[in-house]
Amino acid sequence: MDAHVAPSSSSSSATSAGAHGSLSGAAERLERPPRRQQAHQRNYGSNGNQEQMNNADQADGAVLAVPSVVIRESASRPSRLSAGGGGGASDGESGQPAEEEQGLKYGAQHVIKLFVPVSLCMLVVVATINSISFYNSTDVYLLYTPFHELSPEPSIKFWNALGNSLILMSVVVVMTILLIVLYKKRCYRVIHGWLILSSFMLLFIFSYLYLEELLRAYNIPMDYPTAVLIMWNFGVAGMIAIHWQGPLRLQQGYLIFVAALMALVFIKYLPEWTAWAVLAAISVWDLIAVLSPRGPLRILVETAQERNEQIFPALIYSSTVIYTYMGTHYAPEQPQSQSQSESESQPQAQPLSTATSSPSNSNSTATTRTTHNSLASPELPTCSSNCRPSTARTSTSRVNQRQQDNQAAAEGMPLVTFKTNLHGHEEAAGFTQEWSANLNNRVARRQIEVQSTQSGNPRRANEYRTVPAPEQQQPEPQEERGIKLGLGDFIFYSVLVGKASTYGDWTTTIACFVAILIGLCLTLLLLAIWRKALPALPISITFGLIFCFATNFLVKPFMESLSAKQVFI
Amino acid sequence: MTLPEFFGCTLIAFGTPFALFVFTIANDSLRIIILIAAAFFWLLSLLLSSMLWFAIVPLRDVLAFGVVFSVLFQEGFRYIIYRILRSTEHALHAVAEDTRITENKHILAYVSGLGFGIISGLFALVNVLADMTGPGTMGLKGGSEMFFVTSAVQVLSIVLLHTFWSVIFFNAFDTNNYLHIFYVVGSHLFVSLLTLLNADGLYWASLVPNYVVTILTGVLAFKVAGGTSNSFKRFLMCR
Repeated sequence: MDAHVAPSSSSSSATSAGAHGSLSGAAERLERPPRRQQAHQRNYGSNGNQEQMNNADQADGAVLAVPSVVIRESASRPSRLSAGGGGGASDGESGQPAEEEQGLKYGAQHVIKLFVPVSLCMLVVVATINSISFYNSTDVYLLYTPFHELSPEPSIKFWNALGNSLILMSVVVVMTILLIVLYKKRCYRVIHGWLILSSFMLLFIFSYLYLEELLRAYNIPMDYPTAVLIMWNFGVAGMIAIHWQGPLRLQQGYLIFVAALMALVFIKYLPEWTAWAVLAAISVWDLIAVLSPRGPLRILVETAQERNEQIFPALIYSSTVIYTYMGTHYAPEQPQSQSQSESESQPQAQPLSTATSSPSNSNSTATTRTTHNSLASPELPTCSSNCRPSTARTSTSRVNQRQQDNQAAAEGMPLVTFKTNLHGHEEAAGFTQEWSANLNNRVARRQIEVQSTQSGNPRRANEYRTVPAPEQQQPEPQEERGIKLGLGDFIFYSVLVGKASTYGDWTTTIACFVAILIGLCLTLLLLAIWRKALPALPISITFGLIFCFATNFLVKPFMESLSAKQVFI
Repeated sequence: MTLPEFFGCTLIAFGTPFALFVFTIANDSLRIIILIAAAFFWLLSLLLSSMLWFAIVPLRDVLAFGVVFSVLFQEGFRYIIYRILRSTEHALHAVAEDTRITENKHILAYVSGLGFGIISGLFALVNVLADMTGPGTMGLKGGSEMFFVTSAVQVLSIVLLHTFWSVIFFNAFDTNNYLHIFYVVGSHLFVSLLTLLNADGLYWASLVPNYVVTILTGVLAFKVAGGTSNSFKRFLMCR
């Protein structure tokens, strides 16, 4: 809905602004109002989302995604913003088309912000596969894959793979539905417990297994006290970073590592044909769960939006940079109290909104205030906007701190939850269950949500809150938004590339890597066009599978005969 | 010796492309995307040529056949990229953070050419590099001990040639300069067919002409991109 609202309104406002003020320095000013309006509209849209959602199926995340991207850009480039409203100014210049273009423009940067973590995750998996032979061979099987593909007959293997993947997929479906029922019933404690338990298992048990195999592969002796010390520090830091708060980079790093570990578990314990069948099935399931009107993941997204919450903040990797940004400004004094109050008010998911203002602070004080205030009450934001620069500054700094706290809480916790969800499923069921749980989680995560948080995490809250008091929004010309990608997508991309690399042919690995990145690019392009939550797996996995098998069976023999004779094409 | 050889050959082949990537591509997200898209199109061309090679069973051992068609497919996909980039130029201009990318048309050509070159070099060399780390090595029991080094050097020339070719090729279609188009296709065919001599160990017969072609193509690309001897001098003098 946002998308629909935003483009039309924004374009008209932007054009008018450009026409009137383009010549004079006032242009900036003029432009800004439109921006605010857009923001309002967006907020409205988000609020309206609930309504609209009722009317028709929509994915807020998707809509928000494009706008959010734009905002982010501004935030990421301080110079632009400082230049004068950044995004706002550009809007005025180009007029209507600018909106669309901006979405795409920022899109390019955001694509790279997803490319890097996805590539890192694949790199970890491929490097592990090629250096630690433990993950290469399947000798132990999961509970969920009762057929072990031991027969040499391709037809029997095929049926085994089909049976295994059906069982695994049904577990995933059941887990996803269970998660959604729990969420619908507001059993947050159960879900959080599940998520925390699952991330605990991954960070301690699986990490320990990984460390053990790593040391074994390189023949490094290590005593148990040292190993326990390392594992304790690593695991506790991860739990804190994921579930509570920590530097964004650290959190992202842990998320990537957790996804890589999960991918390695899949590669290790799934029989070969089953792995391919599961990849194909999961991408189809992703498509259904996200896009069909009654798809569970879609319900999850919509419910989260209705409740003004981060989409079940659990299993999602957020590219938001703002958080770190804000963190640097962090001033521990007052924010805590405020943050506490905010956090306490979390049920409303408002803390996020406060955080949003921080990026704007750097650019303009007015912007910052609005967001945080919006949380508590509409009135507060207005006050902040009205405040004088000096006061505003001080307030902004505080706000920033608060925001940071809030953001940390909001971002970190939500992310954690998602992750935990994935893991949580696993925990519940044990090893196998984990897989299934992961699958579910991944599915949920796959949806790429674009959030239009002004300052990163808080964005959503702000939007929602802003809706009630649209007037307050004026100050937030530069909102930052990030693209979110489910950890499940990371896991399955890595499973595909890792499985391809077990064949020992690097050209297959590279072909899969390029195909997945191109698929991700196309998905993000569609996201910018359609502005609704989209499944990230189908296109990428389809490309990846095609290129994996084509390279393995067609290109590899060709290239081998060429390179053996040293012929270059 | 195997590990030093691995690093040496890796850096010979990909040191220059890596530096080009870091200094000219990595800072602009749009260029990275175009680079990967170009790599993807090269993969498609390779897929087509291997399908052809695979389908025509009797000619599988005649590499010259596969090479000729592979070159033609690559140039065909280079043309497809050219069409795509030119038809989306307006959108690119709107999307680009760095508007130089559309103001200077050679940048798009350069980026896509480098994408072609890097992926082609990777496909030609990665498996050789993987074997290079040991435990065995070339030249102990038959074969030439120059095998790895010549492969790496040849890959470097291919990567650079692809970059130059794209610059010339794009400009040739912009200006309807059919001579340049013919030169690109012809020199690509020439270089690829010349490497058939490598099978007989005639490394100097293939490497020297290839590097001559590389330098000539580089000079031509430099001129096409608007460079002159004066600007080159000024570049050397850092002015």
